[in-house]
Amino acid sequence: MRPSNLKISVDSEAAPYAADFAGRLLDPERPAPPGVTAPAGSAAARRFGIYRNNVTVSLIEALAAVFPATLRITGPEFFRAMARFHIRATPPTSPLLFEYGRDFPAFIEQYPHARSMPWLADVARIERAWLDAYHAADEAVLAPESLACAAPEALATSRFVAHPATRLLASDYPAFSIFSANRGDAPVGRIETKEPEWTLLTRPHLGVEVRKVSPDAAKMIASLMDGVPLGRAADDTLAAFPSFDLSAAIAGFIEAGAFRGFSAYGAHDET
Amino acid sequence: MRPNVIAAGHRALRFPRHCIGGMAGTSFKHEHLPAILEEGVRRGFFEVHAENYMGEGGPPHRALTRIRQDYPVSIHGVCMSIGGPQPLDKQHLARFKTLIERYEPALVSEHLAWSTHETTYFNDLLPLPYNAATMQHVADHIDEVQETIGRQILLENPSSYLTFTESTMTETAFIRELARRTGCGLLLDVNNVFVSATNLGTSALGYLADYPLEFVREIHLAGHAVQSDENGEPLLIDSHDGPVCDAVWALYETVLARTGPIATLVEWDSAIPDWPTLTQEAAAAQAILDRTVSSDRRIRRAAV
Repeated sequence: MRPSNLKISVDSEAAPYAADFAGRLLDPERPAPPGVTAPAGSAAARRFGIYRNNVTVSLIEALAAVFPATLRITGPEFFRAMARFHIRATPPTSPLLFEYGRDFPAFIEQYPHARSMPWLADVARIERAWLDAYHAADEAVLAPESLACAAPEALATSRFVAHPATRLLASDYPAFSIFSANRGDAPVGRIETKEPEWTLLTRPHLGVEVRKVSPDAAKMIASLMDGVPLGRAADDTLAAFPSFDLSAAIAGFIEAGAFRGFSAYGAHDET
Repeated sequence: MRPNVIAAGHRALRFPRHCIGGMAGTSFKHEHLPAILEEGVRRGFFEVHAENYMGEGGPPHRALTRIRQDYPVSIHGVCMSIGGPQPLDKQHLARFKTLIERYEPALVSEHLAWSTHETTYFNDLLPLPYNAATMQHVADHIDEVQETIGRQILLENPSSYLTFTESTMTETAFIRELARRTGCGLLLDVNNVFVSATNLGTSALGYLADYPLEFVREIHLAGHAVQSDENGEPLLIDSHDGPVCDAVWALYETVLARTGPIATLVEWDSAIPDWPTLTQEAAAAQAILDRTVSSDRRIRRAAV
């Protein structure tokens, strides 16, 4: 290996090929870049079209891989058309394709042809969160016995630390039910509910788990994820939901693996 | 030699330093993991795309860690954009280094292509002209990668659909000069040679006759899709979605006859078949590799 030459600069005068390509790859209206040639008898434009097609198709496939339930709901033709618009407006800015599609749910929300499916963006949000949970850092989840060992008064002032995979999503629609029905290959039955749903994503063991949580449990988990001490989070939740069952909620989020730990603070810390 | 250790939480796992020489391998797809483990350890290696393991944790790392315990692994980068005129993405390069330190792959490779311009990532292996200006920046990029990761990379020849009027060198001359200047090794993708020659109306055998085979440390074999151009001539798309075609197998044998056995990967990245089908394709490559070894020995015996 020879010594480093770190003088690297973009010399666009000497190397316009990338700029020439880049400006045309996502714009089917523009002709092939200057200076590209095909063998005798073939049109350079047609050959350039192969790259253009590869880029668009591979990015549509990347979105399809991140949003399989969305794809199943809309059907492939609708999805590909919608994805193509999004790709041209918002191509990836990272070479890590599992980071792509963060703006897709907001795009779906504004997409005129998807207006009859106001819940579709929230389903897509669950799918995007699923992939984040899948790739999140590895951490052990909080063991039930560690809570049992803590003194009750210390527990009330404890703050919980979310597991890196944990995501909590609110929807005005039954997004969890629609997501669950469409995420696999099983036949989709009729979705009877119209109620808003909260979705909790966790990764307690090998894989991502997705569950619906009740509005009171969701409020509790959201408060804890925000760093509100357990006692105050419980009081706030009880005030909003008088029938809130605290011990069931705790058992539920521990079993889901939503948190990786908690730290006890003195009462003076409580502000 | 530095011990081959990764930190995994509170434990440090030691990966064995498996040998990859003369072996046929396959792309590693997670859906095959249960079948691979069920079968028990066999001869071969696995290649992964680096970017798929650049997440912080989760099932991908668990799967690759499991495979790496039993098999040599080759890490194949697909989006370093070495062939682009702009500086390499330092963050991406750092992730690449971390991955290589973690898994201690037997081979590390990247493409003679670009995929990012300014901030847009195009998710395709895009072409570049071959001339003194591009030689300089590609050589600089290879140097930077090799210095960052502290080891040699293998550079893969692209599949081409067009050429540039700005090119002043052949692809083979460009690649030879890069290997000479940077000390990188080469990954010879025989399917890409066949695809490019067909699409550009040149000779695959002629390409291989000019290609610097002495630098090759790995070979790729793959399937391609056959279309036709506006004149009804075949137009081949490097799709990695099917078996290796007969012409590519024949070219592969031609190469091995000149080089002796070289680690060979059967790439299959979409329309992925079941594990037995993929292993059959690798077994076909392994049979050719083994035949090459025995004919090597015959030649050596004859020479004694």
